Amino acid sequence: MKTLSRRQFLKMTAGTGLSIAVAASPVGFRLLSATELEKEDAAVQLSVWLRIAPDNAVTIMVNKSEMGQGVYTSLPMIVADELDADWNNVRMEAAPAADAYKDPAWGTQATGGSTTIRHMYEPLRKAGAAAREMLMTAASQEWGVPVTECAVSQGKVRHTKSARFLTYGRLAEKASHLTVPQNPTFKKESQFRYIGKAIPRLDTHDKVNGAAMFGIDSFVPDMLYAAIARPAAYGAGLASMDNAAAQRITGVRQVVPIYSGVAVCADTINAAWKGRDALKATWQDGRYPQLSTESLEKEFISRLDAKGVMARNDGDATRAINAAAKKINATYVLPFLSHATMEPMNCTAHVRADGCDIWVPTQNQTGVQMLAMKMTGLKPEQVRVHTTYLGGGFGRRFETDVVEEALTISMSTGRPVKLVWKREEDIQNDFYRPANCSAVQGALDGEGRVTAWSHKIVCPSIFSRVFPRMMKKGIDPAAVEGLENMEYEVPNVAVEYVRTDTPVPVGFWRSVGSSHNAFTVESFVDELANAAGKDPIEFRLTLLKKHPRARRVLQTAAEKAGWGKPLSKGQARGIAYHFSFGSYVAQVAEVSVNQQDGTIKVHKVTCAVDCGSVVNPAIIQNQMMGGLTMGLSAALKEKVEFAKGGVKSENFSDYELLRMSEAPEVDVHIVKSGEKSGGIGEPGVPPIAPAVANAVFAAIGARVRRLPMKPETMLEAMKQA
Amino acid sequence: MIRLEVNGKGYQVDVAPDVPLLWVIREHLKLTGTKFGCGIGMCGSCTVHIDGKAERSCQMQVGDAQGKKITTIEGLPENHPVKKAWIQEQVPQCGYCQPGQIMQAATLLNEDPHPTEEKIVKHMDGNLCRCGTYPKIKSAIRLASKGGGK
Repeated sequence: MKTLSRRQFLKMTAGTGLSIAVAASPVGFRLLSATELEKEDAAVQLSVWLRIAPDNAVTIMVNKSEMGQGVYTSLPMIVADELDADWNNVRMEAAPAADAYKDPAWGTQATGGSTTIRHMYEPLRKAGAAAREMLMTAASQEWGVPVTECAVSQGKVRHTKSARFLTYGRLAEKASHLTVPQNPTFKKESQFRYIGKAIPRLDTHDKVNGAAMFGIDSFVPDMLYAAIARPAAYGAGLASMDNAAAQRITGVRQVVPIYSGVAVCADTINAAWKGRDALKATWQDGRYPQLSTESLEKEFISRLDAKGVMARNDGDATRAINAAAKKINATYVLPFLSHATMEPMNCTAHVRADGCDIWVPTQNQTGVQMLAMKMTGLKPEQVRVHTTYLGGGFGRRFETDVVEEALTISMSTGRPVKLVWKREEDIQNDFYRPANCSAVQGALDGEGRVTAWSHKIVCPSIFSRVFPRMMKKGIDPAAVEGLENMEYEVPNVAVEYVRTDTPVPVGFWRSVGSSHNAFTVESFVDELANAAGKDPIEFRLTLLKKHPRARRVLQTAAEKAGWGKPLSKGQARGIAYHFSFGSYVAQVAEVSVNQQDGTIKVHKVTCAVDCGSVVNPAIIQNQMMGGLTMGLSAALKEKVEFAKGGVKSENFSDYELLRMSEAPEVDVHIVKSGEKSGGIGEPGVPPIAPAVANAVFAAIGARVRRLPMKPETMLEAMKQA
Repeated sequence: MIRLEVNGKGYQVDVAPDVPLLWVIREHLKLTGTKFGCGIGMCGSCTVHIDGKAERSCQMQVGDAQGKKITTIEGLPENHPVKKAWIQEQVPQCGYCQPGQIMQAATLLNEDPHPTEEKIVKHMDGNLCRCGTYPKIKSAIRLASKGGGK
């Protein structure tokens, strides 16, 4: 385990001011300062979370990855607020991979599941509040006045009676010798200085000036660039290659066959890529030569006839459907999706006999470290993981596949290696958002009330590979996420899961199961409302009597969007809401459809979000805007195509992403509920696809049950309307 | 030996003339603000200015850039109205595509200091952003066209 030894910690902190370390213990966290450490067992594991230097600089270590969601700002805000630091003196540093920086709720150092604020809010407030109390005590001792007469504000302790003040920097050294309070008093919400305010991000300046260092910007002296020739089909072995031709390319140093292909290593990236071309590697057919977009879809649909596992079974849905006044059936089909982070997968690794350094844009520091330990036999303290900025993550960078390749190549060449995937490799070697299909049956009684909802989903399993222990009774929690916990108050609900794994690897894609289940659930609710002859919002509200937070986001989005008010000719509104990652989000989309060519124009999206307590409203608004824009990109355009046993899609030419001309105006409203924090990185994604599909139905009466809503899909849906 | 003028500074680089300008800027000159995104000119992450025009540096051979004035994100002044507007509007999320977006936007305002909405979209449509910052990019350009951020 990579932690500072007591000696290192003392050396690092001696004379440099106040450092608050957090020691992981079986009962949670203990806060420690340098002096206290003298008395501690040398084996105690700790890392510094907060440092106050004599020059007043406050440095906060951030144990989460910055991939756009703003944690390099929001986490420092939490500490700075409790500390009452001067924001101008606040700095952040990315924490190395170490036990003490593990997420306290998870026991692993990773970023995902929209959990950062939810997991880190309390521990960071505690560190900030403890330091504040120590600085106040130090000041009171310095002045010889009771601590109750001291107050803090923006980096200073003040004694109002005598009109004196001391800066935190001035007090840091003295404070470092005090005992750290284990249960410091938190501020009241009304006393927050930063939390709840739209504080500008700490990373904006560097990102605007090209100074932010992403993984791809890592350079190590004497490094080789690596490019990997890979098979096009899953499970295909190497048939032939021209090693000598590759070696003849100027700058090519080594050609190394590895488990995933053939790595060409060179002095420059261009030489590595030229060498890979010259290699002219050919591959066998692969293990599944018949695999194609069509074969996969056929398999998913045929599996709708298979018996699955019941993920939820309230009442007796079958009986209720048989007794229904009106029955509604629908089948929904959704594609595999690629993450397509703007920064292609990359990793720079240097394995030596006595240690290993890895520079990587990762969401999974612990996973990277454990992998390196397993591959090299090195000890945790010998494996250093340097987390860079992430040029997008969306779940893709939770995987460690590119790290494994870089480590393998560094180990066989004995050199530092920078591995950068081309876009084609990135699109074709993803862990995709699973394709899936759902057959849904609904029942209405004579008054148009929903009496039953029976939902069967055919979907590959992510958890069986990533977290097998979280599979319960054969149910993948991701496959039924947002479905088995659907909030609509229906007396008879059946959710059945038919696990269908294919050769296509699947993984976490921003909002995971909710990215597809929100579409089927919210489209089907709309179908039921239409069958009952009711307004889509009124209909939802009658099914959510016991869910006030859901009701409020629906009502807020509807009101702000002007639901029911006239629109320009040809335009219509659709609504959807979804609860995911602890947050409620409703979105109203205004669309028009060109009925000649089948194109959809989304003019505006109004979004209401209740994520409980708010740390930074500007970041929340941007995450909603970004999440729904990414969700819209998937809804309108994205589908991974397969052929001849592998991935056919290659680049942004045939895996198109939403462009500015297709992006709607976005209006975000934060609904304050005072509830505990919910997630914010993912919940903006799920509602947009059904909101648009429901708006399309309102506009032209065609129900889209297949994503993406490309023009050809739209024309087909219109034919059936 | 290739001679380049980047951000007003002269460089001599020992590379073949057919190497994409992008990789020379990034890997030889270590000006890493210019990003690799797709390699086929479809995302705009690698946008730089060549004699004042926005170009995809992944699509240009370094030999063809000789004798021209190349500007990268590092060479666009920090007080440039587009950069200031980007900061005031808090545009970046992951930030990876933003240097390309900024370089693309800067040439628009050179050509047309007060572009219409339609013109903004047309000019920026070749630059992808996976984080979905498009609305913010538009408002930053509008802000810059009104005299820029603070």
